[in-house]
Amino acid sequence: MWNPIEGASRETIEALQLRRLRETVTRVYHLVPFYKAKFDEAGITPSDVDSLGKLTKLPFTLKQDLRNHYPFGLFATPMNQIVRIHSSSGTTGKPTVVGYTAHDMDVWVEVMARTFKMGNVGPGDVVHNAYGYGLFTGGLGFHYAAERVGAAVVPSSGGFTKRQLLLMKDFGATVLACTPSFALHLSEVAREEGYDSRKDFKLRAGFFGAEPASQGLRNAIKEAWGIEYYEAYGLSEIIGPGVAATCPCGNLHVAEDHFLPEIINPDTGEVLPDGEDGELVLTTISKQGLPIIRYRTKDITRLHKEPCKCGRTMVYIDTIKGRSDDMLIVNGVNVFPSQVEHVLTKVEGITPNYVIVLEKKGVLDRLEVWVEVDEATMGDGGIGALEGLKRRLENEMLNELYINVKIKLVEPKTLERSMGKAQRILDKRNADKQ
Amino acid sequence: MRQQYAVKQLSIFLENRKGRLLEVTRTLSDAGINIRALAMAESAEFGILRIVVNNPEKAKSVLAANGFTVKEQDVFAVRVDDKPGSFCKVVEVLSQNDINIDYTYAFVGESAQAVLLFKTPDTLMEKALSALKDAGIVLVEPMFFYN
Repeated sequence: MWNPIEGASRETIEALQLRRLRETVTRVYHLVPFYKAKFDEAGITPSDVDSLGKLTKLPFTLKQDLRNHYPFGLFATPMNQIVRIHSSSGTTGKPTVVGYTAHDMDVWVEVMARTFKMGNVGPGDVVHNAYGYGLFTGGLGFHYAAERVGAAVVPSSGGFTKRQLLLMKDFGATVLACTPSFALHLSEVAREEGYDSRKDFKLRAGFFGAEPASQGLRNAIKEAWGIEYYEAYGLSEIIGPGVAATCPCGNLHVAEDHFLPEIINPDTGEVLPDGEDGELVLTTISKQGLPIIRYRTKDITRLHKEPCKCGRTMVYIDTIKGRSDDMLIVNGVNVFPSQVEHVLTKVEGITPNYVIVLEKKGVLDRLEVWVEVDEATMGDGGIGALEGLKRRLENEMLNELYINVKIKLVEPKTLERSMGKAQRILDKRNADKQ
Repeated sequence: MRQQYAVKQLSIFLENRKGRLLEVTRTLSDAGINIRALAMAESAEFGILRIVVNNPEKAKSVLAANGFTVKEQDVFAVRVDDKPGSFCKVVEVLSQNDINIDYTYAFVGESAQAVLLFKTPDTLMEKALSALKDAGIVLVEPMFFYN
């Protein structure tokens, strides 16, 4: 463990949490007009928060609230205390802006160092960091923590796949940090370029995050590179990557001394019992620049409070099942893209690249999944084998999703390769109506 | 015998969309590749173009470079007289030896003879070649196609 607090007793952790939560609600109430108004409206004052259970009485904060107070309206410190500003891409509406004080930067590096420590990254390791450097929190979030744990970091950022492979090989990278889709893309390009991705590189571990990845995609990455797979979960509104990280047992532990997790029913806002799937809500309890109370992440997961074999006592969450935003409702049935991905990755002979296309066929929704065919898929049998594969996928989809899915086999590279977060859904249903 | 008679055939996966076949043939044409024999199999949504060319290695690399999925497989060829019953005789030999034919196609050049191409399961190719040779069928060496 990087920090003994990760394995401290529950009493110690909860006492620390309560102290920090109380400080945080007091600060936001007095320093951020938005929170004062929300607390007043809910009829709650900071002194009412005298136990962790009272957290559920506090109002939620939405992404839209950050947009409404663009750029710095929710900051809780004067601007002269802010040492770093990050921002989301803002493809839908105004960007969301987050600010860090020097103390916040320390917290961020600390929780990311815990992440790297999960895979025993330290002096002697070469961390190839292919997360995008810039306004996105991925690049710099991993960068400073890699330095903190004593590894050598190669700040390669995204793009230039072939050059990245050359550097990974020549610099002897032992650790890869990037999005899962880019990790897979790198392995495909490595193969095309004539590398043996398992033998020509020294990689032993990878830290992947910023987008959901199914078990199948994880296995494909582990297999392609012959590495251990660690997930880094986070979101910029909370701090960036480092909110939670997978331990060697494969459990995604939340850094609970800094972020309080809850699971709610996304429709009613009601808190759900441990072990039930729902939307993850996070409250920052140590941040100064942009503290956030009960932030609705839109990520669907569940909380586990059972003890973990690794000795960490902090709660863990399931890998993100999907986003409540991503959830597709197809003829009344809830479908997550991760379920589609799961089916695709358990059937041999197809690349894990896919696009989900939703259309209206009369009054009904039609879900089509475009799947790339590769050399292995073509096999020996020709058309019959491909038709068989298509039918098999359609059956598996029906079993997994409980709806009829039409599979369309397409040529390789027709589907847009993601260099960052993967775009996998094309919903044409609303476009048709307008 | 397989070593001596295996002919490299390329199978190309094609979506059924306008102009796609043109793109394949233009890619080959631009690379100066000569198609010696071809067959097309199709379903409602996609097809497989099978070709035997004069330079399979080069064809494979230009096609792959242009984003086509190409699978290389071994087929074999026999030469028969261009007259009734020739094809039947070859199929009969294979049938008598319990060799399943995955698919077959043929072409007739300027001579009085035709060339037939056969794809059998890989494991049975050696047996097929021996059986045909024993039955007096003329096997065609791959050099006939390549240059």
